[in-house]
Amino acid sequence: MDEDDEIVQEFLVESHENLDQLDRDLVELEKSPGSRELLSSVFRTIHTIKGTSGFLAFGRLESLTHVGENLLSRLREGELTMTPAIAGALLNMVDGVRALLAAIEQTGADVDESVDVDSMVALIKTCLDGDAAGPAPEAPAEPAPQPVAETAPEPAVGIVPEPVAEPAAEAVPVLEERRSGADRRVDGEDRRDPDAPERRGVADSTVRVDVDLLDTLVRLVGELVLTRNQILQQADVTAHVDLVRASQRLNLVASELQETVMRTRMQPIGQVWAKIPRLVRDLGAQLGRTVKLEMEGQDTELDRSLLEAVRDPLTHLVRNSVDHGIEDAAVRLANGKPAEGTLSLRAYHESGQVVVEITDDGRGLDADRIGQVAVQRGVASPEALARMSPRDVFDLIFRPGFSTASAVTNVSGRGVGMDVVRTNIERIGGTVDLTSQAGQGTTVRVRIPLTLAIIPALIVGEGGERYAIPQANLVELVRLEAADLARDVEVLAGAPVLRLRGHLLPLVPLAGALGLDEEPRDAITVVVVQADDVRFGLSVEEVHDTQEIVVKPLGRQLKSIAMYAGATIMGDGRVALILDVAGIAHANGVTATPVRVEADTRTADSDLRSLLVLDVGGGRRAALPLGEVSRLEEFASDLIERTGPTEVVQYRDGILPLVHLASAIGLPVSDVVPELLSVIVHGDGPDRVGIVVDRVVDVVETAIVANRVGIRAGVLGSAVVQDRVTDLVDLDAVVATAGRRIGVGA
Amino acid sequence: MTTLATNSQYCTFWADGLHFGIAVRDVQEVLRYQEMSAAPRAPEAVFGLINLRGQIVTAIDLRHRLGLAERAPGETPMNVVLRSRNEVVSLLVDDIGDVIDTAGAATEPVPPTLPSAVRDVVTGVIPLPEAILLVLDADLAADVPHAHRNSGGNP
Repeated sequence: MDEDDEIVQEFLVESHENLDQLDRDLVELEKSPGSRELLSSVFRTIHTIKGTSGFLAFGRLESLTHVGENLLSRLREGELTMTPAIAGALLNMVDGVRALLAAIEQTGADVDESVDVDSMVALIKTCLDGDAAGPAPEAPAEPAPQPVAETAPEPAVGIVPEPVAEPAAEAVPVLEERRSGADRRVDGEDRRDPDAPERRGVADSTVRVDVDLLDTLVRLVGELVLTRNQILQQADVTAHVDLVRASQRLNLVASELQETVMRTRMQPIGQVWAKIPRLVRDLGAQLGRTVKLEMEGQDTELDRSLLEAVRDPLTHLVRNSVDHGIEDAAVRLANGKPAEGTLSLRAYHESGQVVVEITDDGRGLDADRIGQVAVQRGVASPEALARMSPRDVFDLIFRPGFSTASAVTNVSGRGVGMDVVRTNIERIGGTVDLTSQAGQGTTVRVRIPLTLAIIPALIVGEGGERYAIPQANLVELVRLEAADLARDVEVLAGAPVLRLRGHLLPLVPLAGALGLDEEPRDAITVVVVQADDVRFGLSVEEVHDTQEIVVKPLGRQLKSIAMYAGATIMGDGRVALILDVAGIAHANGVTATPVRVEADTRTADSDLRSLLVLDVGGGRRAALPLGEVSRLEEFASDLIERTGPTEVVQYRDGILPLVHLASAIGLPVSDVVPELLSVIVHGDGPDRVGIVVDRVVDVVETAIVANRVGIRAGVLGSAVVQDRVTDLVDLDAVVATAGRRIGVGA
Repeated sequence: MTTLATNSQYCTFWADGLHFGIAVRDVQEVLRYQEMSAAPRAPEAVFGLINLRGQIVTAIDLRHRLGLAERAPGETPMNVVLRSRNEVVSLLVDDIGDVIDTAGAATEPVPPTLPSAVRDVVTGVIPLPEAILLVLDADLAADVPHAHRNSGGNP
C-alpha cells in the first residue's frame, strides 16, 4: 500500500538520522558516563524506534530495541554504570538496528537472516545480568579494546574480524574504529548487494537542509543571475572571443543553477497527504462510517514552507468532512446514496496558484441551520442574516466562534474551527471558499499561492511592459492581420468578439484591462486563455516567448488587485507582473462563457448561459445559445437567389441555404424585405445554414429560468431575457426544417 | 510614537521641499534611482515595482502618497528602502539627507493645519535649527489606501 510505504520510508529516514546521532551520543557517553542528558537522548531514540517498529510490525527490530531499551533504562536509573562493554553491546545493537533497517529498506521486511538478532539480544542480556561486573571490570578509560573484543566474540555475528587490528590506545578511537568495522561489515559482506550499492539508500540520498539556508541560496542565485546578465551585455559589445565564450558558459550554468536551487524548495503535496488515508480510515472507524478516499494530483508541487503551512488546515478540513459532512451509512442509504461515503482530494495548478479541493458527498451545508446558529451565537444579527445570499450564509462558518457540530465530538469541534483554517490559509496569502449543495455534499476549495514556485509562462508585451501569462491558462495563440482582423473581429454592442472556428470568443484587450489607452492596430495577437470554465481571448500588443518564471509575491499595496497573481523577474532584471486570468475575466465581466454549449442546448433549465438575443417576426424576441453561432453576416437582399423553394446566397465558395427564423418558429413573417439581411450562420462547411433574423440585439450572459410556456415546433420554451419574454430557439429543429425544405445536403 | 525617545536617529530625506525623517531601524538601505516596471491598476501612489536583488519591492511615490506637488518631469527620484510589516517597501523621495541624531530635541505634535494626507502618516515634528523634521511612520507611509481606480474588485 502506498501510504504504508510512505510511513515506512519516513520511519527509515528518521531512524537513520537518529542512529547517527545515537552513535555520536554513545561515543560521547563513554567519555562522560554519568551524563543523564546523553542517556536520556539515547533512550528516547531507541524508544522511538522500538515504538514505531512495533507499530509497523517489524518484530525482530522490536525485540532487539526492546532489550536495548531495558539496558538503557537501567543505565538511566543509575542501576548500571557505563562501561566499555556496555557501550560495545549498545553499539553492537545499533549496528544490528542499522542492518535490519537496511533489510527493511530493501526487502520491506526485517527478516534478513544474516543479522543475528538473538546473539545481540544475548549480549545485551549479559550486560543486564552481569550488573556491569563480569565482562568489563575495568575503568572506562584506557584498556578498552580487549573487553570489547571479549564480550563480543562468540555471540555477536561479525564482531570478530577487527579486534586484532586494534592495538590502539584510547577508548574512543577504538570504539569508532570498531564501529566502522562493523559498518563495513554491514555495508559490504552481509548485505545483499555487495560493494557499491545499486541505488542509494533512503538516508544517503536525502539530506535535511535548513530552509533558511535554501532561502539564502535562492537569493544569492538571484543576484548571480543579474550579474550574469550584466556580464552578458558587456560581453556582447566586446569582440573578445574568449570572454564571449566564457560568458555563454556562465549563462548556461547560472540558469541551470537557478532552476535547480528553486527546485530544492519544491515538494509534492502528496507529502502532506500521506497521512490522510490513515486519518480517514481511523476517523471512519471511530464514527462507524466507511469512507472511500480518492486522491488526485499528489505530484502537484509547491514551495515547502507553504506545504508546512497548509498541513494542519488540510487535515482539519478532512476531519470536518468526515465528521460533519459524510452521514452515517443508514442515513445515506435512506437518502438513496451508497452506504460508503466518498471523500476526494484534488490538487492542481491554476493561474499561478495551487488549488486543493476537498470534496465530500455528504449532507452538505444547511443554510437555515447555519443561520440559526450564527444568530444564536451572536455571529450575525437576524437582520443581517435576512439580507444574506446563501453563499454569504455559508461564509459565516468561517467566522470566529462558530461551530455547527451539534455535539462536540471527539473528532472535530475542539475549538479549532473553520475560522482558524481560514486564518492560517490567508496568512500565507491563500484563500478558502466553499460550495455546498444540501444533500449532495460540500466542496472546500483552498487556493494557495505559488510563492517562489516556478511555472512556465508566456511573456507578452503591452504598453512597453512585459506581463507573464501562466502556461496553465493558455489555450492557443491567434494572430490576426489586416483582412482577417476585419473579418473575424466584430464589435457586438460595444464588446469585441472573435470568430474562431465557428465559435464566438469574447475579446478583452489587455491594454483596456490594464487601463491603458487602446490604440487601433492593424494586426493583433490574441492569446486564448481559460480559467475555471471561462474562456476568452486576450488581445495583446506583442508576444515574446515562453519562459520558466519564478513566482514572487506582491507587496500588500498590490495584493488586492485581482488581475495579478504575483510578479517575476525577467532575464534583464526587470520586474514583470504575472496576470491572473481568472481575475481579468472577472474584472472585465467575462463570466462562464460556455466553452462547448452543444450539450446544454437541449435542456431548458436554469443555469448560466451566453445567449444571442434577436429581434424576429416584427418585434418579437428570440434567443439562441451563442455557442451555436458560427458567424454573423449581413447580405444585401439582392444577393438572394433561389433553388427550388429555398432561398440561398453564395457564401465562401459555397451555397448557404437560408431559413427565416420567424416562419420556422411560427411567427408572422414581415412582408417588407429589408435591404440588408441579418443572417446567423450555424454549422460549418457544407452543413452550414443561414438563419435570417430581423436584427441581432445583443449578447447576454444570464441565468435563464426557462418556462414551458410557448413550447412549439422550433421553440424549447420561453424565458425572460432583458425584461422581455423571449423564445428559446430549438436550433436543431429549425435547422432540420431547413433540411427538409431544402432536401438534405443541398 | 513612544519609542521616539529611545530611537533618536533618523534617516532624513526631502520631498517637495519638506524635510522628512524615518527611524533608522526601519530603513534597510538607500538607493539611487532604480529601473522600475509599471503596475497598472495599482493605487495611484504606487509608482512601480523594483527588483531589489531578486525581491519584488513596491515603490511608493512619497509626494503622491502625501498629496504633494508632482515631481518635475525628468527628475529622477531616490529610493528609501524600508522594512515595514515584514515586507520591503521603497519610498521614492527627491533627495537623501544625512542620518541625524535628534537626542535632546523635543518632538512636538503635528500642527493640525497640515493637510490630512500628511498628518495621517507623520507622527510628530522636531524643530531642528536648519529645518523642521517631519517624522514619518514607516508602516503608515507604506500602507497605501485602497481607494484605487481599479474597475475590478476581488472575486
